[in-house]
Amino acid sequence: MREEILSVIAKNSKINLKELAVLLDKNEVDIANEIADMEKEGVICGYHTLIDWEKTSVEKVSALIEVRVTPQRGQGFDSIAERIYNYPEVNSLFLISGGFDLLVTLEGKSLKEVSYFVSDKLATLDTVLSTSTHFILKKYKQEGTIIAKPRKDEREAIS
Amino acid sequence: MRNPLSDTVVSIKPSGIRKFFDIVNEMEDAISLGVGEPDFDTPWHIRDEGIYAFEKGHTFYTSNSGLKELKQEICKYIERTQGVKYNFNKEVIVTVGGSEAIDIALRAMVNPGDEVLIPEPSYVSYLPCTILAGAKPVIIDLKPENDFKLTAEEVLEKVTDKTKILILPFPNNPTGSTLKKEDLEKIAKVCIEKDLYVISDEIYGALTYDGNHVSIVTVNGMKERTVLINGFSKTYAMTGWRLGYALAPESILSQMLKIHQFAIMCAPTVSQYAAIEALKNGDADIEMMKKSYNQRRRFLLNAFKEMNIPCFEPHGAFYVFPCIKEFNMTSEEFATRFLQEEKVATVPGTAFGQSGEGFLRISYAYSLDTLRIAMDKLNNFVTKLRQKAQ
Repeated sequence: MREEILSVIAKNSKINLKELAVLLDKNEVDIANEIADMEKEGVICGYHTLIDWEKTSVEKVSALIEVRVTPQRGQGFDSIAERIYNYPEVNSLFLISGGFDLLVTLEGKSLKEVSYFVSDKLATLDTVLSTSTHFILKKYKQEGTIIAKPRKDEREAIS
Repeated sequence: MRNPLSDTVVSIKPSGIRKFFDIVNEMEDAISLGVGEPDFDTPWHIRDEGIYAFEKGHTFYTSNSGLKELKQEICKYIERTQGVKYNFNKEVIVTVGGSEAIDIALRAMVNPGDEVLIPEPSYVSYLPCTILAGAKPVIIDLKPENDFKLTAEEVLEKVTDKTKILILPFPNNPTGSTLKKEDLEKIAKVCIEKDLYVISDEIYGALTYDGNHVSIVTVNGMKERTVLINGFSKTYAMTGWRLGYALAPESILSQMLKIHQFAIMCAPTVSQYAAIEALKNGDADIEMMKKSYNQRRRFLLNAFKEMNIPCFEPHGAFYVFPCIKEFNMTSEEFATRFLQEEKVATVPGTAFGQSGEGFLRISYAYSLDTLRIAMDKLNNFVTKLRQKAQ
């Protein structure tokens, strides 16, 4: 049942319990309990909203930063990761295989703010060897949703 | 000047669906629940294979019956879903949609005066294709009390010594009704006893929600007397690619192939390449779409229950077929007023035969958001009608 619930709410966390019960042909109370359990266990970590900030008056700059670091004895990448993700500006942080170690995504009000964070906070950490910052120019698709342009239903109205 | 037209063609009524289509097209902001094709895009890996076929210059005719690899994959698909083996070389033909297969199967099999049993409500092409093939259509009116399933008794009732073919349109458009193995066994018994051939249109086979679709060819003695029709349109959301297929005993198939050869040449080549990819790597796509349709199906059935509109539970295709007899209107009146007053398009049940009177076909090849709005509007509409009736 978990996978079924998750596959629906992964796309629509706003759905009400009653409708979810109908869609999955399950009991409403059972679903509520299962969701509560998943929240407790940390399977469900949050209910976020996908926003196209471009369409608002809020100024936002997003960046991807590749970071190379020296792992620390006994702790690997975890403690340096913790130092980085505790900054509220950091949106997400991943440990990556390949040419660099950590991928940081960041949101700031302006280019200046992001640059300041990188040069002043990130690059100056002892274990950080190098950083490479990429600014995001346009978001086409995020979390499986195409945000660039909505598609029109091209089907004939009756067939 | 002489009349340039064929009397037979002139006598055929245009599709009842089209009539309604014109009204909807006039309306700007109408919501439609009227389509008979998936709302999903063709899965990207399949489209990609089509693009690749263009790039590689696969733009020539294929052999008349279709690409060898595609025919092999079709046979594998039928074997893994139905456990029945076909010879890819002699018993398969790739057609321009399931519709062409229906047409050429009928034309290859009937002689003037032969009778063809057509259960209704059903897809709109069986009747005209039967007439154009020179045979006599005999309608079996399916009954709401049987959830629009075909029964062996109903077949038996209409069989005469001229009856040659039974059309078996399940999972059914427009009712969503499906047949179980035990229903098929009883029908098969009648077919064998009365020496009938079957044209089994299983285009919605992959969209079955209570267990898996069972074809009549799985019943002993039926593969020899059945033309099995299926295609890619509904299964893989590939309507515009125009690709279907038929499997039949060599004696029938070779004659179908002759008509296909002279009228069509071959099915679109690029579509055939894409279809190979669909059959090889598309099972997960079918599952994903099926899951989604099933949720919408449950949503609609629950909505009707809450509105007190009777609707049997259909287990196939992507249609529900609610009963609107309570409102003392014909299906066409109901659908027309619903469209005019609430701007929601549905298809009157009578577009699929007289036995569809009192019912509406509602398609759930739409997002839940659209269905939600449409059901709110239906609720407004029936509430208004019920208040007036009091």
